[in-house]
Amino acid sequence: MANSFTRMMTGRNTAVMMAMGAGTLASAFLLNDNTAAAERRRFYPPSADYPDLRKHNNCMASAMTPTIYAHLRDKATPNNWTVDQCIQTGVDNPGHPFIKTVGMVAGDEESYEVFAELFDPVIKDRHNGYDPRTMKHPTDLDSSKVTSGMFDERYVLSSRVRTGRSIRGLSLPPACTRSERREVERVVVTALSGLKGELAGRYYSLGEMTEREQQQLIDEHFLFDKPVSPLLTAAGMARDWPDARGIWHNNQKNFLIWINEEDHTRVISMEKGGNMKRVFERFCQGLKKVEHLIQERGWEFMWNERLGYILTCPSNLGTGLRAGVHIRLPLLSKDPRFKKILENLRLQKRGTGGVDTAATGDTFDISNLDRLGKSEVELVQLVIDGVNYLIECEKRLERGQDIKIPSPIAQFKSFPKQRDEL
Amino acid sequence: KAIMPFGNTHNNFKLNYKVEEEFPDLSKHNNHMAKVLTKDIYAKLRDKQTPSGYTLDDVIQTGVDNPGHPFIMTVGCVAGDEESYEIFKELLDPIISDRHGGYKPTDKHKTDLNFENLKGGDDLDPNYVLSSRVRTGRSIKGYTLPPHNSRGERRAIEKLAVEALTSLDGEFKGKYYPLKSMTDAEQEQLISDHFLFDKPVSPLLTCAGMARDWPDGRGIWADEEDHLRVISMQKGGNMREVFRRFCVGLQKIEEIFKKHNHGFMWNEHLGYILTCPSNLGTGLRGGVHVKLPKLSTHPKFEEILTRLRLQKRGTGGVDTASVGGVFDISNADRLGSSEVEQVQLVVDGVKLMVEMEKKLEKGEAIDGMIPAQ
Repeated sequence: MANSFTRMMTGRNTAVMMAMGAGTLASAFLLNDNTAAAERRRFYPPSADYPDLRKHNNCMASAMTPTIYAHLRDKATPNNWTVDQCIQTGVDNPGHPFIKTVGMVAGDEESYEVFAELFDPVIKDRHNGYDPRTMKHPTDLDSSKVTSGMFDERYVLSSRVRTGRSIRGLSLPPACTRSERREVERVVVTALSGLKGELAGRYYSLGEMTEREQQQLIDEHFLFDKPVSPLLTAAGMARDWPDARGIWHNNQKNFLIWINEEDHTRVISMEKGGNMKRVFERFCQGLKKVEHLIQERGWEFMWNERLGYILTCPSNLGTGLRAGVHIRLPLLSKDPRFKKILENLRLQKRGTGGVDTAATGDTFDISNLDRLGKSEVELVQLVIDGVNYLIECEKRLERGQDIKIPSPIAQFKSFPKQRDEL
Repeated sequence: KAIMPFGNTHNNFKLNYKVEEEFPDLSKHNNHMAKVLTKDIYAKLRDKQTPSGYTLDDVIQTGVDNPGHPFIMTVGCVAGDEESYEIFKELLDPIISDRHGGYKPTDKHKTDLNFENLKGGDDLDPNYVLSSRVRTGRSIKGYTLPPHNSRGERRAIEKLAVEALTSLDGEFKGKYYPLKSMTDAEQEQLISDHFLFDKPVSPLLTCAGMARDWPDGRGIWADEEDHLRVISMQKGGNMREVFRRFCVGLQKIEEIFKKHNHGFMWNEHLGYILTCPSNLGTGLRGGVHVKLPKLSTHPKFEEILTRLRLQKRGTGGVDTASVGGVFDISNADRLGSSEVEQVQLVVDGVKLMVEMEKKLEKGEAIDGMIPAQ
């Protein structure tokens, strides 16, 4: 792929270019352009600023060392984003003894390069041994490759695929200024207004929607709230709320885009029932159309070979894809083998309110665990095959038959299995 | 002065965008900052920064993120260091004037911590006045303030404060409890003594960056919203004794900091420099928990408070409601009058209100007692 710096030179105003400075984007520069910064380094060596992570349990805390911090503290991305800003959320949120959160965010695309010494081990930890230094991430949005994507609707109530996309050249939600955030909104909304047919739709700005529109969007479960989770607020993502935030959806209400919440955009395709294939088709089609529309104006999505699609949280790198269903499994969910079956199928369960909610009754949100190292097609197929397996199990239990725990799915099918990392 | 790592470190990058593109949308806002900030002021100040790197956007972020409170007119901005009040004068002076009753940029603030100048105050009726308390804040010169400081700096402030405090003796001898290594037993004790402060959850504070790295560098006696919050309190109505201990303790602490070459931030115009402009001047809130079940339901209660230059809060502090007719009554002013003057207002005002309460208990009218303004 062409150097991202040169791509930015097409179709955008030169003021933004000059701010990026000379030299390639991948290089960091030290905060050394004036004596005040040098003085600071003399007064407070990195050890004085090193965070106290002894009570912490997140990926950042596991990877951070005084040496890494000393190497990175005085560096900055071309947008002047620092490692302290990346890790603030992980310092402020020690974590849960049972759930391991990531504990750091990127402020811009370059963060992943400039602070690679810290991001790479965090990525490896979170994405089951994926090594950004040696591996490549496959992108595949050809929905025609997916098979058996129609679920038994006596069990599957709804199907959904989501991902995120970032606009190259603009800082990410933790770091963006008000004007950058407004630019994201402008770029995306302009592109979306070019969608036609079953994808044609409308934008609702959070700050300007009427009471009635708001109630409608809440009832349809489309509206997103100002983040209250300290994981997000400590990363600065709620700044200036609700400025430049909004929701776009098509007239059919099965293709939805969130603007400037936790990422520049979150793209969601969903419908009631079990037609995952159709959901994924619309997903791929919509994504490709939007990408084409922004490219016409000289913009593009953040993407590279190492990390796939670049998003704010390292946990969403790669495909950023979560494909899932709301499914009723009254018998299977009570079987002691349920957890192990999910684990081997590389699936996870959540309550139907989403992450951090508990299941109500026998209905679960089942989706893929992985994001990076497998393509979109591979992950959606994995969910389809896995959910079909779960339905088979449920049916067998209904008939009084026994079920089997499936053998674990291989990691990183595209690459030689790295035994010592599994 | 060192450059701090947090805050809007890409201020120069932002200057490539026009003022209109960066200017915050304040159309739904109701705080002092929103009332004062114009595109002109924003244009003049956006390329400035203090020596430690604090910028205009840092100052106003909390006010942008918190449009307002239905009952309280919040300030909507904070200082990141002493120099903020100079460099961003054009924004902060009108806010200070609005918040502190017309205080002008040329006005001088008087400091008076001589407790002997207080008249009376040792005889508030303990049947009504349950407890008395005086608090203020102090900032240590040469360091940046809680919205801006790095972990290294916050720890240096803690170290200095602890050195100063542990060298106190006599009635001021005490112990430092760092928040991050407190035992459960110590925590229980401090909660039941009403000493323990919590990690700030109010978005007014979190949006200004004051909860970063919690609980690192925090302890009882040091570093919540300001470098130091100093509190003197006891049960009952002897405000005079509370104020004496407050003044004497403060002066002893200040002496020690001066010996270490780090006095308190203070100047003639703004008095003691604190993080929130609402606490400039004395930074003093002197008050009592007092039972006023009848007076508080009197139609003129609010007016009486205003004329006495007092304010009411619930007994949980700011933002809480009163419980069982017990109110927290304290001075409303901070800037433009001295510590002695402010505490005198509390003493005289509370005495009067207790007399009113007693009259109302006997079924008598209080109209003759209401002060003229």
